[in-house]
Amino acid sequence: MALLNILVYPDEKLKQVSLPVEEFSEDLKRFIEDFEETFRSFPGCVGIAAPQVGRFERVVLVDISHKPKHVNHGFLVLINPEITFCEGSSLGREGCLSVPDYTGKVERAKSITLKALNQNGEKLEFQMSGYEARAVQHEIDHLDGKLFLDRLVSRRNALSKRIETPTNP
Amino acid sequence: MEKWLMLTLVGKDRPGIVAKVSQALFDMQGNLGEASMTRLGGNFTIMLMVCIPESKTVVQEKLQKICDELDLFFHLDAIEAGLHQHIEPDVRISIHGADQAGIVAHATDALNKAGLNILNLESDVGGSPENPVYVMHIEGVAGKGFDAVEKALQVLARENDVVARMTPIDTMVG
Repeated sequence: MALLNILVYPDEKLKQVSLPVEEFSEDLKRFIEDFEETFRSFPGCVGIAAPQVGRFERVVLVDISHKPKHVNHGFLVLINPEITFCEGSSLGREGCLSVPDYTGKVERAKSITLKALNQNGEKLEFQMSGYEARAVQHEIDHLDGKLFLDRLVSRRNALSKRIETPTNP
Repeated sequence: MEKWLMLTLVGKDRPGIVAKVSQALFDMQGNLGEASMTRLGGNFTIMLMVCIPESKTVVQEKLQKICDELDLFFHLDAIEAGLHQHIEPDVRISIHGADQAGIVAHATDALNKAGLNILNLESDVGGSPENPVYVMHIEGVAGKGFDAVEKALQVLARENDVVARMTPIDTMVG
């Protein structure tokens, strides 16, 4: 077990698109153990994506269970996650381990249908909404080389009507 | 040690103010920090941090020329930068109603007593000249909890005939 280094913006590597996991190897399992330990070392954090620790594979961890007022599915290891349906939109404040000392308002889909594999390659499917759906969308963005900074909504006009492209195409 | 100044600037709005002022500071090797620049009514306003090797007197003289050309008033203060110490707001408050003198004073007094530390306040006068509407958004830290803020807003709404609501901000860190 080892703590992994977090890449911090403006590190160009954070813009890299991660590749799907093809093989559910021992190496992947070991990585997920270190990855989880790293994730747990940031108590306020509810999600992390593999590229944030320099591994450019489509793996994310999400756990919002320490925010009990939000409905959640507990600790999730999501491999090759894919949002197959999204609905509605909500504005919320986000921060990121890779962007210290800055938070901002981001518009996300309110509800999503999520398909993914677990660490054994078994299929998972979830219906999520609100905070957990926001966390998953934030992490999947990392897999596509995007940060919440790429989706910031202006401070002053955050409550006025805007026409924007959907959060998840 | 880095030397920081706060530039406060105001004048009748016209295109080019930001470009010309920031170019003048860049020409003096100024590095800009955090800023708030916005149009308030027909005025353009700037509050801007700048780290600059020139003395305050020299910056003052050089800016004076541009500000005379653009009909702007400005002021410089030596400050401590205090960067990389953002405080996270945990509550957002929106207040609106028919415009009347005293809304901000009453609201912020009540919120101060309820333990709110204001980090950001923006307000607009909308509606028509005959029926102006005041809209205010505040973000801050509820030092005595959300209930205290909620109660203060209920009293404020009742006594001042405004709509006042609060939403907790639960920042998602991923």
